[in-house]
Amino acid sequence: MAEDHTTRTIESNVAVGVAREEERISVATQWQLTWWRFRKHKVANIAAIVLIMYYVVVLFADFFAYADPNLPAAKRGLLPPQPIHLFDDDGWNPHVLAFEGSRDPETFKRVYEILGDQQIPVQFFAQGLEYEILGIIPWDRHLIGVSDDAGGALAQEHVSLLGADIQGRDMWSRIIFATRISMTIGLIAVAISQILGIVIGGVSGYFGGLIDTVIQRIIEIVRSIPQIPLLMGIAAAVPKDWSIEQIYFAITILLALILWTELARVVRGRFLSLREEDFVMAAELAGASRMRIILRHMVPSFLSHIIAATTLAIPTIIISETSLSFLGLGLRPPAISWGVLLQQAQNIQVLALSPWLLLPALPVIVAILAFNFLGDGLRDAADPYGT
Amino acid sequence: MATLAAGKRRPLLRVHNLKTYFFPDEGTVRAVDGASFEVCAGQTLGIVGESGCGKSVTARSILRIVEHPGGIVEGEIRYLHRTDGREVELDLAQISADGPEMRQIRGGEIAMIFQEPMTSFSPVHPIGSQIVEAIRLHSPLGKREARERAADLLRQVGISRAEARLNEYAYQLSGGLRQRAMIAMALSAEPRVLIADEPTTALDVTTQAQILDLLRQLQTDLGMAIILITHNLGVVAEMCDTVVVMYLGRVVEEGSVDAIFHNPKHPYTRLLLQSIPSLYSEARVPLPTISGAIPHPYNRPEGCPFHDRCPQFIPGTCDRHVPELQALDEEKSDQLVSCFLYHEPTDERA
Amino acid sequence: MTVEGPNGHPLLEVKRLKKYFPIRKGFMRREVGAVRAVDDVSFHINRGETLSLVGESGCGKTTTARCILRAVDPTDGQILFRPTEDTVFDVAQSTRRELRRLRRDMQMIFQDPFSSLNPRFPLLEIVGEPLLVNGMRSGRERQERVEELLRLVGMRPEYMRRFPHAFSGGQRQRIGIARALALNPTLVVADEPVSALDVSVQAQILNLLLDLQQKLGLTYLFVAHDLSVVKHLSDRVAVMYVGRLVEMTDRERLFNSPRHPYTEALLSSVPEPDPRRRSQRIVLEGEVANPAAPPSGCYFHPRCRYAQDVCRTDTPVWEEVAEGHWVACHRAKELELAGVRDRLPMNTAAGNSTNPATNATLAAGSATDGDATDDSE
Repeated sequence: MAEDHTTRTIESNVAVGVAREEERISVATQWQLTWWRFRKHKVANIAAIVLIMYYVVVLFADFFAYADPNLPAAKRGLLPPQPIHLFDDDGWNPHVLAFEGSRDPETFKRVYEILGDQQIPVQFFAQGLEYEILGIIPWDRHLIGVSDDAGGALAQEHVSLLGADIQGRDMWSRIIFATRISMTIGLIAVAISQILGIVIGGVSGYFGGLIDTVIQRIIEIVRSIPQIPLLMGIAAAVPKDWSIEQIYFAITILLALILWTELARVVRGRFLSLREEDFVMAAELAGASRMRIILRHMVPSFLSHIIAATTLAIPTIIISETSLSFLGLGLRPPAISWGVLLQQAQNIQVLALSPWLLLPALPVIVAILAFNFLGDGLRDAADPYGT
Repeated sequence: MATLAAGKRRPLLRVHNLKTYFFPDEGTVRAVDGASFEVCAGQTLGIVGESGCGKSVTARSILRIVEHPGGIVEGEIRYLHRTDGREVELDLAQISADGPEMRQIRGGEIAMIFQEPMTSFSPVHPIGSQIVEAIRLHSPLGKREARERAADLLRQVGISRAEARLNEYAYQLSGGLRQRAMIAMALSAEPRVLIADEPTTALDVTTQAQILDLLRQLQTDLGMAIILITHNLGVVAEMCDTVVVMYLGRVVEEGSVDAIFHNPKHPYTRLLLQSIPSLYSEARVPLPTISGAIPHPYNRPEGCPFHDRCPQFIPGTCDRHVPELQALDEEKSDQLVSCFLYHEPTDERA
Repeated sequence: MTVEGPNGHPLLEVKRLKKYFPIRKGFMRREVGAVRAVDDVSFHINRGETLSLVGESGCGKTTTARCILRAVDPTDGQILFRPTEDTVFDVAQSTRRELRRLRRDMQMIFQDPFSSLNPRFPLLEIVGEPLLVNGMRSGRERQERVEELLRLVGMRPEYMRRFPHAFSGGQRQRIGIARALALNPTLVVADEPVSALDVSVQAQILNLLLDLQQKLGLTYLFVAHDLSVVKHLSDRVAVMYVGRLVEMTDRERLFNSPRHPYTEALLSSVPEPDPRRRSQRIVLEGEVANPAAPPSGCYFHPRCRYAQDVCRTDTPVWEEVAEGHWVACHRAKELELAGVRDRLPMNTAAGNSTNPATNATLAAGSATDGDATDDSE
């Protein structure tokens, strides 16, 4: 009985808490509720943080990279990653070990020998190449680099944290710049495809009838065209003399033109079901105009779903771009994207000898997973009547 | 704890102080918080109450199909299990929900029909093959015999063209026919107890009359015990021998159907009966109402769960003590009520 | 048919209303048939009265109500609406602009208290929307009117910053009623307003509806399937079966001396909350007819126990068999049908009130607290 009494007291305290909580929830808008629910979704929270980090890298790629991603260096061809050693015999002294390259007289391959006694000191915010933050503010500091104190010949050196590719270009810096391209191509393509999807789907769902039937048939036809052959055909049609920017733009548009159908269907479905909702009819009976009904009642009701759908569409685009470039149909060198980098890893021999060339796959996987988890979290949180 | 008049017949199913709680992230929901009742063969017990009273969870607890994150935390569900021609009393609350005994009992000795038969049938198989499957689950019949039995069952529940109907899908049947087919499936193993959870709520009145008629006739023919769960007091009055009235997970009153409808004791039962309009009551006059709304399950009032809506609330008692279900008086033990208007608090909590 | 009600012209006259929903099939969705949801329905509603439209699911009662509000466009027929004695509009033919004007005078209460309120709006905006879109631009004015409306339906005005998810089903229904009343309508169409509510909350809403009718002189078109509720709320009742009206008359006559066999069976099917009144019911055989392929003659004949040859071949005429008593049945004048009074041996001494509990003594103030019940919620 005594124990029972305690539980009761606790419960009554809980009840008071619940009442206060209820007052807070009562006046909460739909966005607040969604946000609270999203906060509970741990995996999605982590995914969101990861993605924020990605976009920080995208914005400040010049800072995170420390070398010119396009500068070839014959003496560094296929240089293996240089791990950072934090301590030496004297204690704290972050450094990498210097190396010496030579050509194997029998196989003619470049081999690298670590010079155990020669250290290259490294530090954060090291001075290096000059660049402009966001294209405006000039600066010359980088996340990591050869220590400013290192004098002489060493100062001209740079580290190769993740090794170098066959032409001796620094992998770390290349991955950073590839992230910039790959993560933004997704955004632009998604933005275009979502706008197309919302407008076409909205028209289809709101007007119904013949317009709807025709749009639905078009969507079915677009969706039934096999994507890879279509892309190959269009890629072949892109003039060879186009600049990187033009190809980038063309690829974006192309992906958007394929992907809008997905969202158009979702939006149409939402429009159709919302048109039947009692509260939409109530607004109509109250005398609200069509425009008001669409903008004030219908669009907000599926905005959250669109955000979730968009989040889930970005990885599709990233994967598409990566696979296109990987197949040589998308971006081509000298542009740098994850797909372009991975294209180098196609050669099995290179791969066996220089596995670090496969490293660009890692940011792809992490980004895709993060977008998917975030999208799932947003979708769950956006459902106003779920628990 | 008093139970309904013992000695007459040995009850098939006795539920005693059943507590089924749910534990979602937000806190504990005491869906069923001490339910006790019993039912004999050939009798119909009605469990009546509004949303959130725990009537459906009670039924699910008996069959041990309470969904996660819920579970039985206390209480007994004593059932006379028939095995090898003998009757053994089993406590369903104690045995494993997926064990051989429970599997034999569930759908075999205790069958259940649901409110919406559309969701109880698989949409991708004809109803015939689903009934055949149910039959073969609890009997050694071969495929052909089982199919004949299935057709017999459909005829028994008043479905014409039974053979042809076996090949139809649930969506091809009307609501009434689907509910009949659902009943046929429930009857496939000749259950001793049939739990009907809002069996007519989704149906129109004329179809409801058909289904109630059918249930009554089947009970006469087969001698089943029926537990009828509903919010419709008309259906209860029509069908039941004994009635359990539940509110927020607790049984507030229990007794014969005549006592409940003609001599209700608990203020909730009384108000509920008065607040429903009837074909015989005076039209267009204000109805007596129960003030307020059913509390949110996280917001259960202290003490008697009904005290904050009760017109006969006794300050200091009803909001502090939890009333127990007790016989109205010593001699008349067939009406039980859980209310401090009729007995003093027995617990020492203050 | 022009009807003169006791107060002059009826508020609403529905004449030969039809609503067919096309059945479409195939790639380009060609029309292959039609569901006759509403099939030649005529009735009228007098000012200040409650007319109930009852019937089983799929009988077309909701579609009829929605046609009257022009939430769906009728296929054929007239809907004459007289917001004042001297003005008459045919709602069936009105343009969008006319409808916007007309809808200030006709509003709707919905069945589902959850889907009928936009979860993204606080009460102030939900109840205030009709005011805003009909030209009440001043925020303060709107807020005052919303306060007044919330008080009228028994809700605390302080709640108006809250969102619908904070309220129970009964409270949400009150909010929906407040919204319907915002523009001072004459006609309120209530589509199953209590069927989604708990039993103990139903009575509160029914009382509120009656109270509001009295206070504001409203006219109700009440669409419902629960006959006990219909009996409680209506002045007159119209019974529908498979898209057609089968009987319409005042409450007492319909419940006590019905003239259509379907009405008789419907009344007999209602389970009465009194175990002493159990009796032999008329259990209808078979199923409700399919409105896409209705039977010949009288739609009810396959289930009718009084059916004769003529019922199988000829469609019965909707006619006034006695003053104010319309029936569509070939045998309306000859049949002696049972109403609720004849149905049962009256073996209770309770007389008018059947719920014996009504007579039980109760603490004062408990019984009729009408619409002001919200405070304790």
